[in-house]
Amino acid sequence: MKHGKYRFIAGFLALPLAIYAIFVISPFVQAIYYSFTDWTGLSPDMKMVGFDNYARLFRDDVFWAAVGNSVTLLLLLPVVTLSLGLFFAFMLNVGGRRRRKAVIGGVRGSGAYKILYFFPQVLSVPIVALLFQFAYNPESGALNAFFKAVGLGRVQPDWLGDPQIALWCVMAAMVWANVGFYVVLFSAGMSSIPKDFYEAALLDGANRLNTFFRITLPLLWDTVQTGWIYMGILALDVSAFAFVQIMSVGPGGPDYATEVLPLYVYQKTFRDGQAGYATAIGVSLLIVTLVFSAVVLRLGRRERLEF
Amino acid sequence: MGSTSEFNRRDLVKRAAALGIVAVPAMSVLSACAGGGSGGDNKVEKGKKSARNPLAVNESAGLDVVIFDGGFGDKYAKDAQGEYLKSFPKADGKVKLSSTQKIQSTLQPRFNGGNPPDLVDNSGAEQMDFGTLVAKDQLTDLTALLDAPSVDDPGKKVRDTLRPGVVEMGQFGGKETWILYYAYTVYGVWYSKSNLRKLDAEYPETWDDMLALCAKAKKKGVAGWTYPGKYPYYLPFSLYPFIAKIGGAEVLRKIDNLEPNAWKDPAVKAAFDAYYELYKKGYVLKGSPGLDHLQSQKAWAEGKALFIPNGSWVENESAKQIAKNPHFDLAVGAPSSLSDSDKMPYGTLWASGGEPYIVPRKARNAEGGMELLRIMLSRKSSQNFIKQVSSLTSLNGGTEGLTLPPGLASAQVALQKAGQNIVNPRLQDWYVALQKERIGVGALGEMMAGRMTPDEAIKKIQKYADDTRDDSSVKKYKR
Repeated sequence: MKHGKYRFIAGFLALPLAIYAIFVISPFVQAIYYSFTDWTGLSPDMKMVGFDNYARLFRDDVFWAAVGNSVTLLLLLPVVTLSLGLFFAFMLNVGGRRRRKAVIGGVRGSGAYKILYFFPQVLSVPIVALLFQFAYNPESGALNAFFKAVGLGRVQPDWLGDPQIALWCVMAAMVWANVGFYVVLFSAGMSSIPKDFYEAALLDGANRLNTFFRITLPLLWDTVQTGWIYMGILALDVSAFAFVQIMSVGPGGPDYATEVLPLYVYQKTFRDGQAGYATAIGVSLLIVTLVFSAVVLRLGRRERLEF
Repeated sequence: MGSTSEFNRRDLVKRAAALGIVAVPAMSVLSACAGGGSGGDNKVEKGKKSARNPLAVNESAGLDVVIFDGGFGDKYAKDAQGEYLKSFPKADGKVKLSSTQKIQSTLQPRFNGGNPPDLVDNSGAEQMDFGTLVAKDQLTDLTALLDAPSVDDPGKKVRDTLRPGVVEMGQFGGKETWILYYAYTVYGVWYSKSNLRKLDAEYPETWDDMLALCAKAKKKGVAGWTYPGKYPYYLPFSLYPFIAKIGGAEVLRKIDNLEPNAWKDPAVKAAFDAYYELYKKGYVLKGSPGLDHLQSQKAWAEGKALFIPNGSWVENESAKQIAKNPHFDLAVGAPSSLSDSDKMPYGTLWASGGEPYIVPRKARNAEGGMELLRIMLSRKSSQNFIKQVSSLTSLNGGTEGLTLPPGLASAQVALQKAGQNIVNPRLQDWYVALQKERIGVGALGEMMAGRMTPDEAIKKIQKYADDTRDDSSVKKYKR
């Protein structure tokens, strides 16, 4: 029966594999194929142009601006979001003052904070983007009004209109929209860490910082790593696209300060009728994503702690 | 186990046949898509040509019209259709008008299948690319319509009743006219007459007056100008005709044709310097670089700034805010004169067509489609359009006896004053990415925010224009 084993397994896998091949693999292959053509996206006429599209990428300043911004988002967005998420989750679950009977607990009112943090998660991305856009309005927005109110009337930045800070403004909105999810995710992870560990550590005289770095973070590492990849891909995909498309000047400006790869793919396909070139950009986006995942998995590999 | 992988010859034949049954229709569908010629000649017979029926419409043939259901709705077209039925009562019940916002997804299969409608308003976000339609020979030449007598005055050709530039806009380098733009937009500097009166001022016809007025306004805490900094490609609405006024329409033609060093023309520099001065002297509403079109229009309508570069749709778009000030008295101004040596007179204006109508090449009743257009260009239908949607049509004049809203009335006056001095830069419909993103956001926006000098902006724009010219993936046009 031994040689029948693979056939047996294959029998079960055939259908899911076929579906996977049709709906996941084949679009990738098609996209790579189209990236070697001069397809306009408006007519079925196209011809092979070899590596022309890729050669053009190297000469395209806007493409490199988009790569730079996407990589900036990719590096900073996960760090900021996850650090904040970890910090908040720790304070809500472990970081509070000790109360009678309970070994550990969150800060006072942690239940309410949890709801508060999670709230942005129920708003859709366009709404969050619009809300922030109103806040950033230099003429009548909340931020500049706040500066005026506290006597800083001379500080009136253009926010999204200023290439120096536009990308940071967009990033702040993205962090705000996403941090709540990680607070909840990490809270769940923390609640599964046995309380004895904290009890033992506290008996040994550990402070909050120690318990965080010696107990919480190591035991939460798998969750953090997953969150890292998830957040990184979010920084590269539609979410970044939606925020930039809605919020930023142009969009993609001012002066390409917030241009990101997914937005550039969209513009080339649907505005400029250069679908072939757009797929070449898409393929480069795929490469960036793959490299990122590989690096994170490689760096994040450490001994799994069991408890 | 048995040899399940083998099958006999009969199975093979059966399977091949089954494959064929599936494949053949698929092939024909594909070829219909690609070829489009398989529809054959299914045109209706021409009718009898007469004074009443100059295009020889088949009186009893059906008519199939597809309208873009956008800001203008479709009622005006339905009304014109009623007129059509009055002329051709035999077509009653066979005239179909549908409206959609998804022009391309609705019509692309019909174009590919060789059975397109007889008349299409190819507008909106899903507009089909005109370059492709023309290049693939999908449109009917509208010359017959243009040379037909007009509905109101049989002694005049339709061509001669249209506003200047409308026919040219529908051409693509050749003699044929493929598109007829039905609506007519006036671009320029929009302002409130009452807000100017508060400063004891009239619209400044020279740039010195403009600067003096801005200085006066600044003392009262009012900015001279605002613009949508998030979409700086609104700036050209007043900046391009300003360039033409200073250096002649030729400068804009060279720019449209992407000629080398077209942007290095001294007129461009002079116009850029003038606008940059507005920024440097603090005459631009603070924060404008971060505003979108609605926010800047709101600030302007609230009287925080006097002038805004915009198009005649602003009257409709800002109607609510303007209504808060019943004496707002909206008006449009042509670019002020920079100096006495300007090549074009004061009044030079950017105005051009909107709502592009096409008659597909493979339309069954192309004559009917053109006839409906001819009816729409009559005074009666045209006035109906103006009343319904507060926008001018391509029919020259035709507004007599109508009470126009203030903005539209002033646009009408401005057009009369401009006479033949209408410029029509094509950058925005020929090279969208270049105009909006590269020139607009990449340079003009930066310059007006004070982050780039006019010289730097010109250098950058020239490079963008050169890049576009050298980009083989962008279709080029000439005028």
